[in-house]
Amino acid sequence: MSALQKTPLLEVQHLTMRFGGLVAIDDVSFAANNREITAIIGPNGAGKTTLFNCLTGFYKPTVGCLKLTRDNEDYLLERMPGHDITKHARVARTFQNIRLFSRMTVLENLLVAQHNKLQRASAFTLAGLLGLPAYKHVEQSAVDLARFWLDRINLTARADFEAGNLPYGDQRRLEIARAMCTEPALLCLDEPAAGLNPRESAALNDLLLDIREEIGIGILLIEHDMSVVMRISDHVVVLDYGRKIADGEPEAVRNDPEVIKAYLGEEDTEELPDVIKQDVEAAAKEEN
Amino acid sequence: MAVETQVSSSEENGRPALDWQAIGRELFFTALVAFGLTFVLVGMQTADRGGELIIIPRFTDVVYAIVMLTLGRFGYIMLRYRRASFVLIASLAAFGLSFVLPFPSLFLETMCMVGGLLIALMAVVTLIRHRPGIDMRERDRAMDRAAARFQELSRFIGPILVVFAIILPFLPFMDRQYIDIATLLLMYIMLGWGLNIIVGLAGLLDLGYVAFYAIGAYSYALLAVSFDLSFWVCLPLAGVLAALGGYLLGFPVLRLRGDYFAIVTLGFGEIVRIILLNWYQFTGGPDGIGGIPRPSFFGIAEFLPASRDGITFAELFGIDFDPMHRLIFLYFLILALALLVNMVSLRLRKLPLGRAWEALREDDIASQSLGINRTNIKLAAFTISAAFGGFAGSFFATRQGFISPESFTFLESAIILAIVVLGGMGSQLGVVIATILLIGLPEVFRELEQYRMLAFGAGMVLIMLWRPRGLLAHRDPSILLHGRKGPGADRIEAEQKAAEATR
Ligand SMILES: Nc1ncnc2c1ncn2[C@@H]1O[C@H](COP(=O)(O)OP(=O)(O)OP(=O)(O)O)[C@@H](O)[C@H]1O
Ligand SMILES: [Mg+2]
Repeated sequence: MSALQKTPLLEVQHLTMRFGGLVAIDDVSFAANNREITAIIGPNGAGKTTLFNCLTGFYKPTVGCLKLTRDNEDYLLERMPGHDITKHARVARTFQNIRLFSRMTVLENLLVAQHNKLQRASAFTLAGLLGLPAYKHVEQSAVDLARFWLDRINLTARADFEAGNLPYGDQRRLEIARAMCTEPALLCLDEPAAGLNPRESAALNDLLLDIREEIGIGILLIEHDMSVVMRISDHVVVLDYGRKIADGEPEAVRNDPEVIKAYLGEEDTEELPDVIKQDVEAAAKEEN
Repeated sequence: MAVETQVSSSEENGRPALDWQAIGRELFFTALVAFGLTFVLVGMQTADRGGELIIIPRFTDVVYAIVMLTLGRFGYIMLRYRRASFVLIASLAAFGLSFVLPFPSLFLETMCMVGGLLIALMAVVTLIRHRPGIDMRERDRAMDRAAARFQELSRFIGPILVVFAIILPFLPFMDRQYIDIATLLLMYIMLGWGLNIIVGLAGLLDLGYVAFYAIGAYSYALLAVSFDLSFWVCLPLAGVLAALGGYLLGFPVLRLRGDYFAIVTLGFGEIVRIILLNWYQFTGGPDGIGGIPRPSFFGIAEFLPASRDGITFAELFGIDFDPMHRLIFLYFLILALALLVNMVSLRLRKLPLGRAWEALREDDIASQSLGINRTNIKLAAFTISAAFGGFAGSFFATRQGFISPESFTFLESAIILAIVVLGGMGSQLGVVIATILLIGLPEVFRELEQYRMLAFGAGMVLIMLWRPRGLLAHRDPSILLHGRKGPGADRIEAEQKAAEATR
């Protein structure tokens, strides 16, 4: 990361995603920068998760261009297979319903995230099978990186526990650490604060701000809690029924009449988060 | 349904009160349905009398069938009312009676036997489930800890078992039959370890593993018979050919998920067998291939009483000829092959490839989001596992000296899969234990003849009820940040406590 200034990282142009007759995303364009937290907000079913799925290659967009710029190189995400998006363009994500490798340990989860690096070092398993020192060296550095993130999320003591046995809040943070272990240029977080208590939620905010400042990557954040959005995001994009209805600084978006209307037509956005959060949790429960 | 609601409404010291009216109604309907089903299917036999088709009525059969079905239903109802000990005794009595009563046909006799056993089994399960004071979750956790402790010991058990396997053929009581059984066990252990990579580690349900075994066996047999290549050249070639088979199968199949995947692998297994059966010029079809050369002592000496153009094993070591030498050599050969497979799999588990397999098993979507190329990783699992199957196949061919498609039926795949699933997916020691249970016991109890397959099935059901994730389902971490401070079981316990506290 060369400079401290914000450089363009992701450019979404005319993205449209249709499922049969349903238009989940309708001609959405926006840009996100390095060293910025871009919040994506909108009511349930607005198409936020679908946007992430398009970005990370799980869906092929019907129309549109997703351009990621990293180290002066452009990657057209919509043309790359999903695993290459993480490997080459370096986009990492978390999931709305936590997806950890629950029967593997915390440390193993973080090592799987460094698969490509380790696989290359093990000469696609051959050097590893023979136990060559070159591989051992890289493996140790991978463990060190994992340890760095474990310290960051306060899970070092539980590194050898099965991930599935961790409390909910720890699992959420572990999923973020796992995404960070892929050494991403863009981190996409799908409702990382859902289900956290206020203390955990505050710690999460600090973690995200730290990632922005120290690691200097761009973050896309789907978040329903408006107070969090207002506090930590630099830029907000609002979706409603698949369309972008607002885009700009948090303050400006907060007072946008269209946004207020979209959120149940209520005047006071401050009261909304709880209602929406409950909806989300109910939806998440149904999905499980 | 009506009965179910009644069950919950009137409890009587933990067990629901009997509602005879409902029971009577249900039994009556059961009898009626049984009559409807059996009247035509069982009650009338068509026979060919001098070119004329006549119907022979078999009403005793119908009566037997209806009584049996109604009694079976009664046992089932009683289980619903949790009168499990009564049902257990009654069903075992029915099982015993099936040997004594003069059944009109063997079919009915077998049905009575199987039905009795099945209901007895259900009764046992009900008894275990509802034992007062034992919570299923607590029991499961205790069992996981026990498995963890055992797994912990496996670091010692493993080497002990290896040493035991090495001295085994020299023990005084080992005769030809025991060596044969031990070799057979090792073959299945090797196959189990090979399949464990696909099923246990990568989490793909492969129902056609026997295909790779067959490809290995036929590759060896054809290469050895037509080109006169020695075992030591053919073995790696057979492995490579089987791996190629795995690779080719993997390409189209690995895009499929879950059940579809399982069905296509099943189909592949059958296709290979049918090709072997029908490509007469090449494979000899149902006649198989005979006269497959036996392995030499590393190409130096032959296991023969006398050799025309070489030297024999007995001459080489200056001992008397004994046919046991070859058997013992074969035993050590399969032991070495099996240990090779084991070592490679254990190593792979600690490498990025192995971790990626397990990650795919846990959650393939999350794996992809971490930049793992799912297709390549699964292909690697298929190819490596197929190569191991191929090695086992060529050993099989050289040991038997004769192979035919009959040895490579679906049943074989099913048994290997049962070994892996029963042992606890991904557990190496579990495979050994499961093989001894599934292959060893039936071999030892050969005198029981057809009942051993019955016992095999019953045993499988019991174990699956008792430990659905397999005998040794505990997973050993592939790497530890804090090292092995104390036994793993303690770590598990702390972990379970922590998890419980936060719930
Ligand atoms: N694979 C799919 N097939 C069909 N429809 C889909 C698919 N994925 C998403 N959708 C639809 O697209 C719309 C947007 O869904 P999406 O999950 O992106 O909403 P969201 O903004 O993430 O909502 P939430 O806040 O509830 O998470 C919904 O109507 C959903 O039903
Ligand atoms: Mg969503």
